[in-house]
Amino acid sequence: MATQQAPSGTKQNGSNGASRGPVTQGGRNWKDAPEHYSETPDWKDGTTKFLGWFSVGLGLAELLAPRQVAKLVGIEDEDEHVGTLRTFGIREIAAGVGLLTRPKPTYWLWSRVGGDAIDLAFLGRRMRDETENNNNAKLLAATLAVLGVTALDIMQGAKLTSEKLPAQGHDEGSFQLSPGDDGTVHLAAQITVGRPVAEVYEFWKDLGNLPRFMGHLESVRMTGAGRSHWKAKAPAGLTAEWDAETIEDRPNEYIAWHSLEHEAVDNLGSVTFVQAPGDRGTEVHLEMEYHPRGGAVGAKLANMFKKIPQAALSADLKRFKQMMELGEITLSDPTAAKGMQPGQPPKQGDLKD
Amino acid sequence: MRANCWEGAKHLKVETVPDPKILNSHDVIIKVSSTAICGSDLHLFNGFMPTMEHGDILGHEFMGEVVETGKNVKKLKVGDRVVVPFPIACGVCYNCKKGMTSLCENSNPNAHIAEQMMGHSPAGVFGYSHMLGGFAGGQAEFARVPFADFGPLKVPDELSDEKVLFLTDIFPTGYMGAEMCGIKPGDVIAVWGCGPVGQFAIASAKLLGAERVIAIDRFPYRLERARTAGADVTINYEETSVIEALKELTGGRGPDACIDAVGLESHAPGVHGLYDKAKQSMRWENDRIAALRQAIMTCANGGTVSIIGVYSGFADKFPIGSVMNRSLTIRTGQCHVHRYMQPLLERIQKGEIDPSFVISHTMSLEDAPAGFDIFTHKEDECNKIVLKTGMTH
Repeated sequence: MATQQAPSGTKQNGSNGASRGPVTQGGRNWKDAPEHYSETPDWKDGTTKFLGWFSVGLGLAELLAPRQVAKLVGIEDEDEHVGTLRTFGIREIAAGVGLLTRPKPTYWLWSRVGGDAIDLAFLGRRMRDETENNNNAKLLAATLAVLGVTALDIMQGAKLTSEKLPAQGHDEGSFQLSPGDDGTVHLAAQITVGRPVAEVYEFWKDLGNLPRFMGHLESVRMTGAGRSHWKAKAPAGLTAEWDAETIEDRPNEYIAWHSLEHEAVDNLGSVTFVQAPGDRGTEVHLEMEYHPRGGAVGAKLANMFKKIPQAALSADLKRFKQMMELGEITLSDPTAAKGMQPGQPPKQGDLKD
Repeated sequence: MRANCWEGAKHLKVETVPDPKILNSHDVIIKVSSTAICGSDLHLFNGFMPTMEHGDILGHEFMGEVVETGKNVKKLKVGDRVVVPFPIACGVCYNCKKGMTSLCENSNPNAHIAEQMMGHSPAGVFGYSHMLGGFAGGQAEFARVPFADFGPLKVPDELSDEKVLFLTDIFPTGYMGAEMCGIKPGDVIAVWGCGPVGQFAIASAKLLGAERVIAIDRFPYRLERARTAGADVTINYEETSVIEALKELTGGRGPDACIDAVGLESHAPGVHGLYDKAKQSMRWENDRIAALRQAIMTCANGGTVSIIGVYSGFADKFPIGSVMNRSLTIRTGQCHVHRYMQPLLERIQKGEIDPSFVISHTMSLEDAPAGFDIFTHKEDECNKIVLKTGMTH
């Protein structure tokens, strides 16, 4: 039901605004929502899985049978290096587990490369050390094998690094949307409001109401004939202005608007209203998309809109819900004040207007 | 005005700060007459709650007189004497209408912060970190109270502050803890944590018809107070094995319901305790759950574990296997105070209970930091401290 992330590598139902996915059809009922909602694509290809199991296998061998492993790679005096090999074993197992369990194990692959470097240095020393009576042919074979694995590690590491998905370690369950290849920023948020659909639709239809709860908008004026003039706030007191038109308006179901062709910022917004289950009221599903258009101005504006995170849009919708259910936005002492404020009454001059 | 402000872990200071203002049209300003220090305030004091800022005013148990009303306030008038429930609730959202006021959907302006930690945000709370709204607390001379027609309860003049103050938090919390046990005739209830909340839970369990109430703590003076509150048996866990004792006291069945009135700073002797403490000191784990683990493991098959001790984040080694395989029910939540205030006030008026029994110390607001100190160290047989404005040192 909600919109998926848009990783650049995977297929989408078309990436231009008008015919993208189920949202733009509007009038969705929660009963039509897909049964299984998958947020993170499965990352592991065969090579990564192989490297993971290889690490675990090698690690176990080094940990549990270090003497045999030493003999195998050509080290004559097995007992001398038992401790070192066991340590290598623990490192390998850790890397293997990381590779097999993390959805996008970029750092684990690079850590394998580090481990490979240590292995190569170790084998190199054994070859050069005259006091040890090592089998250099076997050592050389082992070194070549490690070099081969290193090459694989570097290849996979580079591949995962270049993919534009959240890095390993990030919570896979949350929406962390990063710009697509062309710098598109796509945000989605939703809220359930305890008011009838018609009332919620009427309020939203006048886009001039949006700045009352949307933090990044300074003003929106309906200028007639389905047109509107938007003014947004940017950091350091800058503003951006553009004209937009309402491209679709299905009463009590769906409203979509799009900035005009010639504008420097390409902003597509849509809101869908759905009857919530039971007596919960109305579900409001909001989507905003920003494409930068060419030129220096476009790039600057694109940067500005990249800074409107998912959470800010969610917070906007919470304020919208307060407006509809309470008639005003709930304030606490810090949120009523300009700037940073502890949990104590602000001084008179510090209150926001 | 004077207010008790958080200036870092274990560092409180009573400072002069601006007076509160009406910010929303349903606000009132209260002149605080009495306020109290809560066990959960100690988690703020000891630095276990994230999102505290220097200068935050603490305190969520307070009462007083209305001195100013917002333009849309209809029920309350200047001069009314009220007790204020600690969760801030609008009264019109879905959860408020269901009576779950500590889950109000509209009262936390910083909901997005709480969402990061918990998935969804609960209601805003007075004086309990920015994650829950950053509202100024009531350990002060004045307090701003939002949604004034829905929250505060008018109290009759013939009941002194000491008799009604605890309707703000700890009496309803203890009562809800007992209520969540689903007490049936013949039930044996065990309560971990014999602080004031545990004492109210014990008293409430008896009011609700428990056959036998077993109280568990390590301080003899708290076990004595538990007995006064109505406990039939007390167990000092530093002297007796709780697991053995509970088996004996229940003929091998275990308690029918277990109440955790301890929360995240659970104290445990032995290795488990050290493990939890070490991890907590590194902030790798917020919450210590020694008491909760024991409550779960000892609970009778098919029983209920009622959690009213406050937790904030994540804990290790949760016995989910014991819960699942033995059909345990876990019921929990920050107390939905609003729905209990009137019924419990009536019990007080009928003489069924006098909540002032928990008070051990009365101090001036100016001495609040010292109060926190003796409360957290359980010195001077400290049980519940009431702070008075308008009282000198």
